[in-house]
Amino acid sequence: MPGFLKRDPLDFLFSLITAVASLSVIVLIGGILYVLVSESSLSIKKFGILQFILSTEWDPVREVFGAASTLFGTLVTTVLSLLFAVPVAVGIAIFITEIAPNPLKGPIGTAVELLAAIPSIIYGMWGLFTLAPIMANYIEPALQSTVGRMPIVGRLFEGTPMGIDLLTASVILSIMIIPFTASIARDAFNLTPSIVKESAYAVGATKWEVIKDVVLPYSKLGVFGGVVLSLGRALGETMAVAFVLGNKHQITGSLLDAAATITVSLANEFTEADSDIYLSSLYYLALILFLLSFVTLAISKLFLLKAERRYSR
Amino acid sequence: MKRILSLVFVIVVLFSVGFVYAAETLNGAGATFPYPVYSAWAYEYYKQTGVRLNYQSIGSGGGVRQIINRTVDFGASDAPLKPERLQKEKLLQFPTVIGGVVLIVNIPKVKPAELRLDAEAVCKIFLGQINTWDDKKIKELNPSIKLPNKKVTVIHRSDGSGTTAIFTTYLSDACAAWKEKVGAGKAVKWPVGIGAKGNEGVANYVKRVKYSIGYVEFAYAKQNRLTYTLLKNPAGNFVEPKFETFQDAAASGSFDPDKHFYLWLTNAPGKKAWPISGATFILLAKEKRDSNIKTVRFFDWAFKNGDEIAERLIYVPLPEPLKEKVRGYWRRYGIY
Amino acid sequence: MRIYRRRKMENLFALVLSTIAAFIGLFWLIFILADVLVHGLKGLNLSLFLQDPAPPGIEGGGLRNAFVGQLLITFFATLMGVPLGVLGGTFLAEYARGRKFARVISILSDIMVSVPSIVIGTFIYALLVKPVGHFNGWAGAVALAIIMIPVVLRTTEDMLSLVPWTLREAAFALGAPYYKVIIQVVYRGAATGILTGVLLSIARVAGETAPLLFTSFNNSFFSINMNEPMASLTVTIFQYAMGPYESWHVQAWAASLVITLFILFITILGRVLIRWRYGKR
Repeated sequence: MPGFLKRDPLDFLFSLITAVASLSVIVLIGGILYVLVSESSLSIKKFGILQFILSTEWDPVREVFGAASTLFGTLVTTVLSLLFAVPVAVGIAIFITEIAPNPLKGPIGTAVELLAAIPSIIYGMWGLFTLAPIMANYIEPALQSTVGRMPIVGRLFEGTPMGIDLLTASVILSIMIIPFTASIARDAFNLTPSIVKESAYAVGATKWEVIKDVVLPYSKLGVFGGVVLSLGRALGETMAVAFVLGNKHQITGSLLDAAATITVSLANEFTEADSDIYLSSLYYLALILFLLSFVTLAISKLFLLKAERRYSR
Repeated sequence: MKRILSLVFVIVVLFSVGFVYAAETLNGAGATFPYPVYSAWAYEYYKQTGVRLNYQSIGSGGGVRQIINRTVDFGASDAPLKPERLQKEKLLQFPTVIGGVVLIVNIPKVKPAELRLDAEAVCKIFLGQINTWDDKKIKELNPSIKLPNKKVTVIHRSDGSGTTAIFTTYLSDACAAWKEKVGAGKAVKWPVGIGAKGNEGVANYVKRVKYSIGYVEFAYAKQNRLTYTLLKNPAGNFVEPKFETFQDAAASGSFDPDKHFYLWLTNAPGKKAWPISGATFILLAKEKRDSNIKTVRFFDWAFKNGDEIAERLIYVPLPEPLKEKVRGYWRRYGIY
Repeated sequence: MRIYRRRKMENLFALVLSTIAAFIGLFWLIFILADVLVHGLKGLNLSLFLQDPAPPGIEGGGLRNAFVGQLLITFFATLMGVPLGVLGGTFLAEYARGRKFARVISILSDIMVSVPSIVIGTFIYALLVKPVGHFNGWAGAVALAIIMIPVVLRTTEDMLSLVPWTLREAAFALGAPYYKVIIQVVYRGAATGILTGVLLSIARVAGETAPLLFTSFNNSFFSINMNEPMASLTVTIFQYAMGPYESWHVQAWAASLVITLFILFITILGRVLIRWRYGKR
């Protein structure tokens, strides 16, 4: 800002160094994009774009590859985990901001955020050793004998309960993203000016009515941004799902079936793809994942910024 | 500031050379099939010579990929590469030990070496045509076992695997429907089942998923006390996977150094031969002469001193004449 | 009156639901932590830290190589990522403050923070593994550094912005050039905040597995040579937990416990620091 000071040569040098350092972010994003595109060019040339995305083939023997099955796995686990996580996360945010007695607010908020600090590999391992047997022995049979009996919804729960399937993976993923969503939702709730809330209380509104009619409308942009951010996170999560998804390239109607996500395929197959076109197709998947999460995250950032701008005035 | 920078520099240099003290290390990666025996050899070799052989079991597909990319000193694969492919990628190939792929099941109350299967049954299970354990076909083979009316869960490899190559070669030979629908290879398009990473992963999943069936190298079944099955071999006998039956299969094959030892041992004709046997191979990059000599030194040591360790893990060491052939092969390429 | 009662009921119902939600969140935290603790303690002993792995299927051995490898990789990642992040954040908060350029970089960093880490692994494989000719510890460290940079950069930017502008003006008035003001005044004022950012970024990468799979790879022997493949705790946990051996599972749990405690400790330390420095937030 104070450009007149830049005459000092050392100061110029320092500003240059910091400028270069800050450019590293752009260089990295550009570099990643460039490397991913150039490494996957072989596959892009061979399979095209739309054809690759729509093809369900993943056949290393005949060397025919398509992204549809892994995209399916990625999208199903992501959407399902959001479905589980968002209500809980919003509930947590409401509890922390509006309900919990003051001395509890801090500790509970911190505890939930600690969930976010646990490395994803721990979630994965815990999922395989602890959650998967519980799912296989209790929850999945129970679902089959209740919801599974219903005519159309029942199809979702066909198959043998193994605990290594889309459902278990989504549950683990949802536990992982609860804290992200909750803490952003909480921040958004906190942006609601207390004057507005107070006036609502003053005219006799109940707590729930204040939340529903004042806080939520006020913060919906922020909450939405948080949800999309979690979506971006869930898209790219590898380790938490790698243990319990069953690595199967297939599009399945049942949640109790194994599947594969882009991340899991990369983790499993990247070092072992033995032909060039195989490796190139994996890079192609990585490229798709990168673009997908980049766009998602950009959208979430847009909403969060909008929310911030609207209420900080 | 200068002091910090120079300190950083020194640290970086020190760790780059590993304090110079870093002893010789050989890096290899590939097949999970021989991982137990390679790491047991490496452990012993390190104690005796101080040379570290870091072998990472990432799957045979990975072994081939990484040696082609020259990111390791040697690759390992259970599926031999064809001589033309070796030529193209400038690789050398030789066998190290022979082992057997066994079917493992998780059915409560069924003991190891009890359940009898034949190629047709295995083929149909892995094609998804037999999907309960009390299927007529399995019952006929096992009149004395009470089989549960439970769905079969097939567990296969998710990574590029030589074990899969051996197993699918066996199925393709023995079962026309398999050959037509799926074929043989290190990674195939599985009609049913869930995928696990490495022999380790398959063993782990079979252990954890009830009423499942999978295939692993025998050492994994044995070390983890998994329930392996009997199989009917081409000679018409039900054989148990063990040292003798693997040896019988090994005896049937003739490895040819001129073809870089390219040979499959599946469906061997011997009376007692285990039908899903195979050798496991090492791949070297032709131009990496120095590391090749070191790698060969290790395997020469293993040929001389490692038989007992291999047998303890139920791998069949190469017979003496074959070892000599391999040494001759090394000599021919000037790395011995 | 009936309306009033309905509103009351609705209120109660909603509040109970969100309380339940909060407890579900807490329940998972306690469940996972307790599980890691119970299983991990069984495998925790001195040889875990002092011995190298035994061959598979043979009891005994430890994970010394993985502990050391993890520390080295994280240390060098910090060495690379933190200076770049701090300097980059400095540019945004000082020289480019309020400029459009700063906004763009800042938004891009926020996005970079959440870019799938496995993609960064594939990127580094093409950049530092394939050309070099072997997997190596440096590649792992660089991959982690890339994840750290945006985290450190953003916290630095935020923390520097919190330093009151008047402080800088006071220093300018004494005739100090801007770079001196930044280094001697602004950094000092924001030191705790920056440190917190560094701590959080370490916590972030110390548990990363995916970017190490194709870069630092794994090593079954003890090695401090960063040019060689290097073991790390997380990759070892992945390998051991997926494997069939009971002794592997025990060690994987123990390693998980150590790494979880380490990360929670750093995270809590960061929070305590920031609360201590900036008061309740």
